[in-house]
Amino acid sequence: MLKLRDGIVELYKKVATSIPRDVEDALKKALQEETEPLAKNSLEIILENISIARNSAVPICQDTGFPVFYAKVPVGLSHELLRKVIVEATRLATQKIPLRANAVDTVTEKNSGDNTGELFPVIHIESTPDQALTIDLMLKGGGSENIGQIYKLPGTLDTGGQSIKVERDLEGVRKCVLDAVFKSQGRGCPPYTVTVAIGGAKDQVTALSKKQLLRKLNDVSPIPEIAAFEKKLFDDINNLGIGTAGLGGKTTTIGVKVAAAHRHPASYFVDVSFACWANRRGRFVW
Amino acid sequence: MVNGSAKRFRTPLTKDDVLGLKVGDLVLMDGSILTGRDKVHKMLCNEKPSASEIPFRLDGGIIYHCGPIIRKTDEGYKLIAAGPTTSMRVDMYAADVIKLYGIRGILGKGGMGPSTSAALKEHGCVYLQAASGAAAYLADRIKKVNKGWRIEEFGEPEAMWEIDVESFPAVVTMDAHGNSLHRDIEDASLKKLLQLV
Repeated sequence: MLKLRDGIVELYKKVATSIPRDVEDALKKALQEETEPLAKNSLEIILENISIARNSAVPICQDTGFPVFYAKVPVGLSHELLRKVIVEATRLATQKIPLRANAVDTVTEKNSGDNTGELFPVIHIESTPDQALTIDLMLKGGGSENIGQIYKLPGTLDTGGQSIKVERDLEGVRKCVLDAVFKSQGRGCPPYTVTVAIGGAKDQVTALSKKQLLRKLNDVSPIPEIAAFEKKLFDDINNLGIGTAGLGGKTTTIGVKVAAAHRHPASYFVDVSFACWANRRGRFVW
Repeated sequence: MVNGSAKRFRTPLTKDDVLGLKVGDLVLMDGSILTGRDKVHKMLCNEKPSASEIPFRLDGGIIYHCGPIIRKTDEGYKLIAAGPTTSMRVDMYAADVIKLYGIRGILGKGGMGPSTSAALKEHGCVYLQAASGAAAYLADRIKKVNKGWRIEEFGEPEAMWEIDVESFPAVVTMDAHGNSLHRDIEDASLKKLLQLV
């Protein structure tokens, strides 16, 4: 179990101090295409920051986020034990890398100092028939977490003082997504990865949209209608002109991922989640 | 929009320094600045500590919305990563902080709302946006941590720190003349959105 613990500490280090190749490539592409001087300047600093962080093994962002784990556990490995090892690895990683201590007791307002506490870090565990244990880790920044939105359709949006009617169809979902991006402006560090889930129960739809952040940027939904919808949302969001750091320009999003769950006849939930440009995720197989 | 080459200035700022800055100016800062985020703003507005209780000079100062990764070493505290946090969360406190403590510069990200914009104009203060998420890049421009305040009570990320910076880059996105690049971009993006729906 010590090896597993150390493997998770290494995963923390990789995810906190480097950025996935597809995300870095998307940011480089955004710089090549950008014509707005302030956005270009921001993208240049972002890319330099990525290389400083990687070369000196320091966190890309001071907000090392909510640690969110998705583990697929083979038969025979105790889920309770895995949780304990993850918590122990979190304490160690916080000290060693270091990570910022982000776990604050909401009642006493005391920071635990080691990124552990009630339901902190976030751990999702499912079983797998595979032999290997697969652990995905996402470091989810607080700024981009705060700009996420949940909608119940049908309804009327208040978008910048304008009333927009939304019905129960993909067109309604599209309006909700644009509303969420508009309301976020530059506050969650764009260019964003935007993920959307529709349907399900209230708790499911948020978990489902957040899980889409694990998908590679070039991943396309296997459902043709959803795949076309992802493309449409990508183009529309980039047409808003919010741009890198909210300073205007061509790239407001580097990827849009959508997933759908069956819903109850009475309910139609839409959840929109965001990752900041530093969309930090990584995998460890054991 | 970028207005020529970067303007360099040293803290503390005077009202004239601030009035000379306008939206789109790139700036490079030298001298001491103070960090302060959610808990610090709430405390400054609700407790209203007297000047003798505050271990820093706030008058003419810059408050940086930042919760750094900071490490205690044998030679004192060292900053590891220190990018800006979302300024909008302290929007309800900012006008009072500017007025009560004579702050001349707010450094953060994402911009602030109409009440802060009005306070910038009334008292002579400027909002500067630091590079979003560029924590390693910006930490390289922070030369020294002078002292911290309320470290134990607020925790290291949320304490108030006085830090010395050299050539710390930012862009003026809200000036003391009532202009806001954030408001302009929001207005333009709303127009685009209404065309798309």
